[in-house]
Amino acid sequence: MKVAVLIKQTPDTAELPRVTVAEAQSGEVQATMVINPWDEFAVEEAIDLADRFDCETVAISMGRESETDALKHALAMGMDNAVLVDESVIDGGDEWAAAGALAAAVRIAGEQEEVELVLAGKMSVDGNSGVIYAGVACKLGWDLLVNVTRIVDIVDGKLIAEQVFEGGQETVEAPLPVVVSVAKEINEPRYPSFMGIRKASRASIPVLGRDDLEVGPSSTTRWTDLDKQEPERVQVKIFEGDSVEEKAAQLADALMAEKVI
Amino acid sequence: MAILVWIELNEGQAVSNCWELLGKAKELGREMGAEVAALLIGSDVDEAALQALAYGADQVYAATDSSLESYRLQPFAAIAEQAVKHSGATAFLANASIRGGVLAATVACRQVAGIAANATDLWVEEGKLVAARTIYSGNISARIHFESPLAVASVRPRSFAMPQPTEASGTVEKLDVAYSEDEIRQKVTDFRAVDAGEVSLTDAHIIVSGGRGVAADPPKGFEIVGELARTLGAALGASRAAVDAGYIPYKHQVGQTGKTVRPDLYIACGISGAIQHLAGMGNSKIIVAINKDSDAPIFQRAKYGIVDDLFKAVPALTAEFSKRLN
Ligand SMILES: Cc1cc2nc3c(=O)[nH]c(=O)nc-3n(C[C@H](O)[C@H](O)[C@H](O)COP(=O)(O)OP(=O)(O)OC[C@H]3O[C@@H](n4cnc5c(N)ncnc54)[C@H](O)[C@@H]3O)c2cc1C
Ligand SMILES: Nc1ncnc2c1ncn2[C@@H]1O[C@H](COP(=O)(O)O)[C@@H](O)[C@H]1O
Repeated sequence: MKVAVLIKQTPDTAELPRVTVAEAQSGEVQATMVINPWDEFAVEEAIDLADRFDCETVAISMGRESETDALKHALAMGMDNAVLVDESVIDGGDEWAAAGALAAAVRIAGEQEEVELVLAGKMSVDGNSGVIYAGVACKLGWDLLVNVTRIVDIVDGKLIAEQVFEGGQETVEAPLPVVVSVAKEINEPRYPSFMGIRKASRASIPVLGRDDLEVGPSSTTRWTDLDKQEPERVQVKIFEGDSVEEKAAQLADALMAEKVI
Repeated sequence: MAILVWIELNEGQAVSNCWELLGKAKELGREMGAEVAALLIGSDVDEAALQALAYGADQVYAATDSSLESYRLQPFAAIAEQAVKHSGATAFLANASIRGGVLAATVACRQVAGIAANATDLWVEEGKLVAARTIYSGNISARIHFESPLAVASVRPRSFAMPQPTEASGTVEKLDVAYSEDEIRQKVTDFRAVDAGEVSLTDAHIIVSGGRGVAADPPKGFEIVGELARTLGAALGASRAAVDAGYIPYKHQVGQTGKTVRPDLYIACGISGAIQHLAGMGNSKIIVAINKDSDAPIFQRAKYGIVDDLFKAVPALTAEFSKRLN
């Protein structure tokens, strides 16, 4: 059995506010690119499952041709293999085109050893959609579990997991093959070891392009009016006073006047 | 033509943000000349169906079966697709909860429809639906126009005002459920309700959050922050530093890798205001900071502030509000 992990290379979260409209439009973001923080949990889980169930692991990322830092990070953490999908295969298409390309890459990754589990993060810090794994499950025709906080077992052709939603937590059984998006509670991602980093830096990462993947075009939406959300310039009012009680009273007055309480 | 709104049920009770969405759909429907339909899927939906009618649904589609007691994506998505076809819907809307988000995405992908995920506004242009949303963690906004016959959106809680219930005039139609338990691949073997009795962060009008500033005495710190939250009927939030240090469980975390919230009032106690924290709460209407360091970055985003020790300022504020609110 093979476990595939979908990871995206995204801007360092500290640099997100500096991304410009032009960069967002062209996709040529200047920021330092790292592994999407939510996807580190998926990588950690795959490595853990490899130990628990003796499976092979592969990290799959779609991005620009030179964008392999996130994949190298996954290799350095301990993934067995990595594959880059050249994002030009979707020709600027939508989420479903992306999902189609990733699903095709999963199929290729499973040619020798069958992929029975695809792990994904909860959401990308640039796309902010939380839809790609749903598209991948749909394109593969597999079941999907989301916001999984624990993989209890993989047994008798099914995966037993705990998942959390706003109103509660449940234990679910889903037949393999299955796509799972993981939540932050699932584990504590490891730091890559020195040896891991060395090994990863030497790894050559195969690239899947147009000749390897059959991806239908899809553009179901048109995005317009991209605009920088400048935080409103507010001049803070600091309440001065001789005692903390006095300051608290002034703040309470202000909030009552705002009618938010 | 119809706008179809999925009403999420939690242990048989409708999730209230779905009414915000239904209210908005009513407005959009008037502009587009479309009927507004609510979709209810569950084992017993009678009460929610009455509510949906009161909140203005022209039509309620009810898919009921004992096998639909708990949410499972496979049957729910299939039924939603069936309802889309049956109602002739040109829009399918769900609340952007964990389940609503993935239901919307699955229906959209299967129908080859465009999706606006985590939308914050919806309106009509030239007879067609348009959605607003942000990307890059709230730093860039965009408008989404749909090129597909069906438009799908998952909409963030608190994007629209809660409608007033009115005299119901719509009707309820039962959908034939083509599903039985043996055909449903996933099994739910255990369920545990959480959050009972707590105000949910994503729905909250007011959030009071604590950060590493409580470090001198974390249990005491979160007790006083929690006390202020209770006094205001607010939800309790936290920074990642507070969560990572084990002061409070992760479900309270606000920010990049926590929850995205949009309350009317956000009171940050002992939180510095790191970019990743702002990513989750920067769109709050009014931000208040209580911090002993007047140079903390949170003061660049806050409208009101107290520069003092939170261990003194927060109880003083609680006392002040207790006086006024009783
Ligand atoms: C990938 C990534 C994701 C992240 N996701 C999140 C996220 O989701 N949410 C999040 O919050 N952070 C997140 N962070 C972490 C973020 O960068 C900050 O480290 C974190 O927000 C700091 O929390 P804090 O403000 O509580 O602590 P600090 O930055 O240590 O600030 C504590 C503040 O308390 C004040 N203080 C101290 N004592 C007192 C006192 N007695 N009275 C009053 N004030 C006092 C100090 O002046 C200081 O301003 C993320 C970081 C990364 C890299
Ligand atoms: N380009 C990509 N390459 C690989 N995985 C991706 C890509 N985009 C999204 N994903 C996966 O899908 C998850 C949700 O992303 P999104 O729908 O963009 O919020 C991410 O956490 C990743 O696991």
